Amino acid sequence: MSQKVLLSSKEINIILHRLACQLIENHLDFKNTVLIGIQPRGIYLAERLSKILIEEYKIENVQLGHLDITFYRDDFRRGEKTLEANKTNIDFIVEDKKVVFIDDVLYTGRSIRAALTAIQSFGRPLEIELLTLIDRRFSRHLPIQPDYRGRQVDAINEEKVKVMWVENDGEDTVYLINK
Amino acid sequence: MSQLSVDHLLGIKYLKPEDVSLIFETADHFKEVINRPIKRVPSLRDITIANLFFENSTRTKLSFELAEKRLSADVVNFSASQSSVNKGETLIDTVNNILSMKVDMVVMRHPNPGAGVFLSKHINASIINAGDGAHEHPTQALLDSYSIRERLGEVEGKNVVIVGDILHSRVALSNIFALKLQGANVKVCGPKTLIPKYITSLGVTVETDLRKALEWCDVANMLRVQNERMDISYFPSTREYTQQFGVNKALLDSLDKEIVIMHPGPINRGVEITSDVADSKQAIILNQVENGVAIRMAVIYLLASKIK
Repeated sequence: MSQKVLLSSKEINIILHRLACQLIENHLDFKNTVLIGIQPRGIYLAERLSKILIEEYKIENVQLGHLDITFYRDDFRRGEKTLEANKTNIDFIVEDKKVVFIDDVLYTGRSIRAALTAIQSFGRPLEIELLTLIDRRFSRHLPIQPDYRGRQVDAINEEKVKVMWVENDGEDTVYLINK
Repeated sequence: MSQLSVDHLLGIKYLKPEDVSLIFETADHFKEVINRPIKRVPSLRDITIANLFFENSTRTKLSFELAEKRLSADVVNFSASQSSVNKGETLIDTVNNILSMKVDMVVMRHPNPGAGVFLSKHINASIINAGDGAHEHPTQALLDSYSIRERLGEVEGKNVVIVGDILHSRVALSNIFALKLQGANVKVCGPKTLIPKYITSLGVTVETDLRKALEWCDVANMLRVQNERMDISYFPSTREYTQQFGVNKALLDSLDKEIVIMHPGPINRGVEITSDVADSKQAIILNQVENGVAIRMAVIYLLASKIK
């Protein structure tokens, strides 16, 4: 198994600021916008972005929620392991809101398909956008594309992209792992 | 651990402590799901579940059916009173006929103790015991412990007294197994005629004075007086039972602490507990019912994920 660094801590920081600015460009004061981090790995990215929006760009009304998609996945009983759920935490109404899904890696698109179904349990959003740090563009199983992307990566299926965060993994780095 | 150690839920006595923790953690997620505006998740859309009730039930059947439907499973219902069981068909034949219609999971209530265990040895489907005679009622015990955990933070180390008809009660037996498994201290309290002779071999103590039992406990689980299961008289009159083993507000107020009151339902108001107790803040009877759906969703989800 070999691994190489795709993005360093410094590069991640620059990209996060760019993504935050792109979000502001489209959503201005975030009055009618909510950010939804997709469990389990999208929540760190979502929290980082919301922190940058609040602290550095002084946006006041950033609403952030966590959405777990386990019960909406299409591979129930298809693997060896039981799918383990995570916490969903959405304490606001998504009806008629602009929703931005935030996840670390966009790969087959199946997680986002599940998230699109899951979010309907909380109302009918006005529109839904997708932000991902890494876009593995040649691996899609479904017609789903990001509206905001940190970096496009052309990785083959045998490779794995792993995003590490300081708060969970002790470092900010994106690795390309060759299995 | 992310998987149950069992393929069927036949009784609490077959579970490990880790199984109970896994069921509770999964139930936490489902409790959040059933409090959403839209309460349905699509997980089990390719699973078919048969609810076989060879004995009457209202809330358990409703609770299972709701849990199954909220997981998007296909559900078929069967009641013995409207079936060929009356024509002399055997249990295995009845169930195999239903399974031929491609059913993946069976939820069964049966008047005979061990009916679920028997079935699990002869058929190829996942089985959930929804009550087998006076033996076990595992989902009830799980939801009872879950409700204690929700109210008091944890089950371990808590003092729980089960009051009433211990002899005929599958709820009592499953509760004893579940509470002991999680490290709670358990007492049973009731008329001596309704306490099985060897109950202490399960690691519980017997108390015949209700006041002493209540003073000791954190939680009192009040069982229903099951008149339909009593072939002979176990106590002189209902009035006398109420005087000795019924809980009323005055009795609770005279204790120096506030204990939690539970009841598996249906309540005989004025017999085992008075109305003012049943409707008080100390009672978590309706929380138990709500948690029942979440617990059953968790059990079904976890067992279904092992079906290949």
